[in-house]
Amino acid sequence: MDLENQKRVKEFTEEYGPENIVVLLGAAEGEASGLAAETVTAGDPTFAGPLTGVSLGLKVYHICEPEIKELIDEAVYDEQVSMMEMVLDVDDIVSEMTAIRDEFCKY
Amino acid sequence: MNSVVKGTGYILVHTPDMIIRNGTTQTTEMIVNPGSEYLKELPNHIRTYEQAVNYYPNQTYIGNMTPAELAAIPTPWYDKPMENAPRYGKFGEIMPEAEFYLLMQTCDVFDLMRLHKDFVAAHIEAFKANEIIDETIVARVHAGVEQDEIEHFVNDEHAEGIYYNDKLVGYLKRAHDVDVNLSAHVMLENIVSKASSVLATLYAVKNAGINKEDVDYIIDCCEEACGDMNQRGGGNFAKATAEIAGLVNASGSDVRGFCAGPAHAIVDAASLVKSGAFKCVIVSAGGCTAKLGMNGKDHVKKGLPILEDVLGGFAIVITENDGESAEINLDILGKHSVGTGSAPQKVISALVTSGLEKAGLKITDIDKYSPEMQNPDVTVPAGAGDVPLGNYKMIAALAVKNGEIDKKELATFPAKHGMMGWAPTQGHIPSGVPYIGFAREEIMRGEIKKAMIIGKGSLFLGRMTNLFDGMSFVMQTNTSAEAQQAAGVSEDEVKVLIGKALKEFAANLIAE
Repeated sequence: MDLENQKRVKEFTEEYGPENIVVLLGAAEGEASGLAAETVTAGDPTFAGPLTGVSLGLKVYHICEPEIKELIDEAVYDEQVSMMEMVLDVDDIVSEMTAIRDEFCKY
Repeated sequence: MNSVVKGTGYILVHTPDMIIRNGTTQTTEMIVNPGSEYLKELPNHIRTYEQAVNYYPNQTYIGNMTPAELAAIPTPWYDKPMENAPRYGKFGEIMPEAEFYLLMQTCDVFDLMRLHKDFVAAHIEAFKANEIIDETIVARVHAGVEQDEIEHFVNDEHAEGIYYNDKLVGYLKRAHDVDVNLSAHVMLENIVSKASSVLATLYAVKNAGINKEDVDYIIDCCEEACGDMNQRGGGNFAKATAEIAGLVNASGSDVRGFCAGPAHAIVDAASLVKSGAFKCVIVSAGGCTAKLGMNGKDHVKKGLPILEDVLGGFAIVITENDGESAEINLDILGKHSVGTGSAPQKVISALVTSGLEKAGLKITDIDKYSPEMQNPDVTVPAGAGDVPLGNYKMIAALAVKNGEIDKKELATFPAKHGMMGWAPTQGHIPSGVPYIGFAREEIMRGEIKKAMIIGKGSLFLGRMTNLFDGMSFVMQTNTSAEAQQAAGVSEDEVKVLIGKALKEFAANLIAE
């Protein structure tokens, strides 16, 4: 995850409390989604950014996961996300995200 | 009449020492984690010049094989060398680091860069032997300096060291004692960009078959900025490039838009020519040291060579219609507008269908799409996926949503309307433009009729706006014969009408 984004996630967490933060991802692949999810839960796996060694354990989802999809107005989802949903390997993303949440999510 | 793509130049520069010294992934690591395993392991993953030349995607970039020939070779490509591949291709060349240092020095007009005299002596003959390097450039080579001078500037005067085979062979000093915009680091990045742009421009002029004096204007679209503390992005890389390249009648300016810069610049250039403001405009861009080894950590971790070991450059010559070259059609432009938003679906619609709809065309009317043509060898191991394939899937999904193709055709669309990527991940370099040279030839051979070039830019990286950006245009078969024919018919009609009027006039006179 971009170093600047790590910094922003860290700052928001300090400001609002980790239990009140949900990180929503839009990455195009399972692996990239998993890396970003790991960064905001267990800490930066690349040891480069502000979240190195910082285990925030935040709730983190991908926009294509069913839990998120059902919260969004169907027409808006169709207009903004449905095309990408057709293109992405949603099953792979869901399995990566679920594995990271099961292991590292604290909330 | 539409402007045409008269010729193109594509060059690469193999820069093994610059990966370690100037790539931001490596320089950041040296600051935050100086003893890291990555930095220890990195030197074992650097390719030799021959390995970089023998790499299929690089051979495609300089025009020695077509995108279709590359796609026929199964990925990954890094472990399948093309034996004894040539340095030169029909679009340009892959320059070795030593010769590029000499070219950089000739592009420095403020005496900031000096090389060791033995280094200059060792490489000057090879530099001279390159046909594209003319005598005015060779005459700019400085004979070189002693090691004491190099060490003094590097150790005591904040100069950037120039390294060859990990040995200090030169310096590039700061251009101001206080101004960070003229620091040695910035000057090095800018001179690298300028030098690689010069090289690409020289090839484009040669390949277009024009004289240097014919060029009226040049637009630079790289992602660097030159200026000082009072005007940080003052410019003008374009004119600086034109000066060294010998384009004596050219003026120029810089166009920026992150990776979308080239698409914006080409639309600008085509507009300048079509409007009649200028007859011949070049769009050029040099390479970026900062992006060398950008995904190096992932490549080293997975046991791969550092594949981001080359700088890229390109130049496109756009002229008045010559009756045969592929045209740029300004009636089919796609653009990302402020109100478009950033959802991928919205972005791709704005870039692909907004222009086509105006011209009454469907997505399938475009034979080939050239979006971000990043080499998947580089991006897949880094977790970024196959970037062109991702784009093709999105365009296909858009065609499904618009009812133009059936959902079961999603899988075959990328091979039919797309290509495998071959360009180095140098931001603006892969952004649609690598295909322009091939598209010109395929259109002129009648293999395809229309190609769409798509540039996309991540403006949010500059922290001035959260907006995304993009621009697209269409290259097509030359239509000047049809246009002339149409004009010719109406001229004949006028003659017939005049003749008829004169006969009637004569008949009236006789009657009277």
